[in-house]
Amino acid sequence: MAATEATLDAQKSAPPAAPAGRSPVAAWSLWLARRLGLAALTLWLVSVLVFLATAALGDPVRAILGKEAETSQGRANQIREQLHLDDSLWDRYWHWLGGLLTGDPGTSVANGLPVSELISDRVLNSAVLVAAAAVIIIPVSFGVALLSARLRGRKGDTAIQVVLLTLAGLPEFIVGIVLVAVFSTVVFHALPAVTISAGGEAPWTQPASMILPVLTLVIAVAPYVIRIMRSTLLEVLDSDYVELARLKGVPEKVVLRRHALRNAIVPGIQVIALQLAWLAGGIVIVEYLFSYPGMGASLVDSVRNSDIPMVQVLAMIIAAVYVIVNLVADVLSILFTPRERTAISS
Amino acid sequence: MTLTTEENTTDLAPVCTVRGLRVGLTHRPGVDVVDGIELALRPGEVVGLVGESGSGKTTVGTAMLGHTRTGAEIESGAVELEGNDILGLAPDEIRLLRGEEVAYMPQDPAAALNPSIRIGRQIVELLELRGIDTAEGRLARAREGLREVALPDDDEFLGRYPHQLSGGQVQRVALAMAFLPRPKVLVLDEPTTGLDVTTQTMVLETMHRLCETHGVAALYVTHDLAVIGNIADRVAVMYAGRIIELGRREQVFEAPTHPYTRALLDAIPHVSQARRLTGIPGSTPAPGRRPGGCRFHDRCAFATPACGEQEPAPVEVAPGHEVRCLRTGEIGSWDINLGRAVDREVPAEREVILSVTGLDVSYGRTQVVHDVSFDLARGECVALVGESGSGKTTISRSIGGLHRQWTGSVVFDGHELAGSARRRPVEDRKRIQYIFQNPYMSLNPRHTVGEIVRRPMELFGLAKGKKATARVEELLDAVALAPSVMSLRTDSLSGGERQRVAIARALAAQPEILVCDEITSALDVSVQGAIVELLERLRTQRGISMLFVTHNLALVRSIADRVDILQGGRLVESGPVVRVMEDPQQDYTRTLLDNTPRID
Repeated sequence: MAATEATLDAQKSAPPAAPAGRSPVAAWSLWLARRLGLAALTLWLVSVLVFLATAALGDPVRAILGKEAETSQGRANQIREQLHLDDSLWDRYWHWLGGLLTGDPGTSVANGLPVSELISDRVLNSAVLVAAAAVIIIPVSFGVALLSARLRGRKGDTAIQVVLLTLAGLPEFIVGIVLVAVFSTVVFHALPAVTISAGGEAPWTQPASMILPVLTLVIAVAPYVIRIMRSTLLEVLDSDYVELARLKGVPEKVVLRRHALRNAIVPGIQVIALQLAWLAGGIVIVEYLFSYPGMGASLVDSVRNSDIPMVQVLAMIIAAVYVIVNLVADVLSILFTPRERTAISS
Repeated sequence: MTLTTEENTTDLAPVCTVRGLRVGLTHRPGVDVVDGIELALRPGEVVGLVGESGSGKTTVGTAMLGHTRTGAEIESGAVELEGNDILGLAPDEIRLLRGEEVAYMPQDPAAALNPSIRIGRQIVELLELRGIDTAEGRLARAREGLREVALPDDDEFLGRYPHQLSGGQVQRVALAMAFLPRPKVLVLDEPTTGLDVTTQTMVLETMHRLCETHGVAALYVTHDLAVIGNIADRVAVMYAGRIIELGRREQVFEAPTHPYTRALLDAIPHVSQARRLTGIPGSTPAPGRRPGGCRFHDRCAFATPACGEQEPAPVEVAPGHEVRCLRTGEIGSWDINLGRAVDREVPAEREVILSVTGLDVSYGRTQVVHDVSFDLARGECVALVGESGSGKTTISRSIGGLHRQWTGSVVFDGHELAGSARRRPVEDRKRIQYIFQNPYMSLNPRHTVGEIVRRPMELFGLAKGKKATARVEELLDAVALAPSVMSLRTDSLSGGERQRVAIARALAAQPEILVCDEITSALDVSVQGAIVELLERLRTQRGISMLFVTHNLALVRSIADRVDILQGGRLVESGPVVRVMEDPQQDYTRTLLDNTPRID
């Protein structure tokens, strides 16, 4: 038995994960710096693609003026000058990128106003819309997913699944139209069907007009999040540590909240991030439907008018939202996963 | 290594009694998972519940806490805790008993501790929920509990997450957590599976000491008879949902009466003697496919027609020793020495076929194997033994050409082997075949058994068409599989059958060396016995050399000629099996031998 004592001592004196090396702050800063660097690199690549796709393919003048390009030579020259089309592609790109970085993304071809002025309100409006939707989506998704997982296999769960699948299968404009029909035109006349923002007034000054757009977004996004959360929760509920918690005599409510949700939250964060990022570009139809003065409506108009400077800036904003939201989600995921967290700080 | 209490606990009144327990499947009425379970646990006593996979042992374990897995339910019977049937209680009342009265320690605490909660919090969780003691008091109790299991009790340790502990530490944290509310009954479900022997010994000792000091009755559920033989006061053997033999440890191990118990004991290797290991024909039937009458009769060497018709009732063959068999008085006695074999003599003249010199292996920048040298002779079985992290599998993968980041020399039949299998000539690849640990992963689930076994023949141009089919049949016969399995896919085969297919596939290449990487560790002991029997036959009849990688020293005694002991990637000791086991020269070898459970 003496040998066992020796091993016992050996085990005691060898903690496997003693924090060592750099300080946690330095380790985290290094990690974050690396991730930010990667994000910047991603955005730069996007800028190259956006620029090439909008400015280098085809003739912008012909795209903007259409048949008029040949007839109105003066207007064509003006546009050529405005877009610096006589410079080399390379110079134009650096000029554009420099403008983007210094907060001067050029002027709109369609009405000659600075792009920054045109879109700043629009971006803010969209951000408010998405944020309002997110504030509702996150708790609702977690709540419904928990309920559904708790009722697994029973009638309540089946009903929730059927409803979610139906909602997930409907395109958001159908959802929007149905909501408009129910709440503002055919059935009730409780809510405004469109957002009328007089004189550049922010739409949230009339909260009632925000309800239907936000609700449409929630219904378009929440079903996916709930379904992913539910399946993750079920997986976690089948795990050994949840079984042990139950066999330890922990009440089911605490099992769900403390033992299951905590380990199911990470996939939830990831899917919410993807959906929010998608919303940044995907609310076009919803904004159009409710005449909401947001970025999506602006994008549609700019594409229709071939307003290249506008399209470029909007595309870059959407890309930036994707990158930032995913970065935030990754940071949160790591904070919620002790194994990952301690791997960075030790 | 013997841990059992000497004083007699049989006089004490049982703290927990299981009567006529039956657990069935919810969606298949009439099919039982376990049936007719009668068991009594007395304070301070460890009862071993042993059985192979599918015997229902875990189901009995969790039923003691009024819990079943999804899809199963307790249909009848009683679990009496100090005279009160807990199965009649409402779910909330049962929940209050769990932890405080009956505690559970799960199969794999590494997975059972919540990965996102600090261990200090997990240990006191139950006390906190039940409002026992103040926050400081709970913390003090947690520290005391950790001291009891010989772990540090400082804040740094309490603040760790489960992934920051070693396997043995996690197990001891789980023990401390189970003992903290001072339960009267503890159910342990294979708590040491997957641990190295030295760690296993430590965990078992801790468990035993705690049960004794606190007068806890423990039900120790396991498939490992050798562990049971060291820690249990009484042993219950389960087969196909029934307890078929129950008695004091000496009774079951020295005078096993049920043919199944005897067959199991015949299948386990001993570290103190070489044995002719044998398997049990057939496989353990799943619920719903169990035969009528005695459930073991279709695999039993002593069965009579009556066994197939009449369900045997428990017969008391000695005081406290019950057996469910119709022929208890007729089948004679059993002697452990019947299975004893003569230890292998290593001949003075060895025809070396594989010689490894100065092998260094790295993964990336980390060197994991340092300067290892050994050799393997024709028709010889060399065992590479070590605990996890010793580099034994890494060495075998390097020799098999599956890992190529190694230096040193591996000379096979007179020429150097190239680093990776891709750069080796066809002939070398054909002559060295590799068999993997997990037969559930190593066979392509989309291929039939016939296709799997035929593949190497086509690859190496050994046989084609009808000739190949005939060879497949012959090989399946050699590994004791019926020709009818040829058209099956592997998902309809049991673990043992799959491993036989993997062996047949390796044999199809007509190899001279078989590299066997822990090939029996995922299998039940009776299946292991059968596989070892098969390998032994192949070795003697076909003169195949084997490199047998394992962590099980007892198995080495029965199967190998020579043994190489590894520790932390270095060769510690090597030599003929008898010499190393009887007269170990190194401390590490002695530690391993001392910690390997013995039955005698």
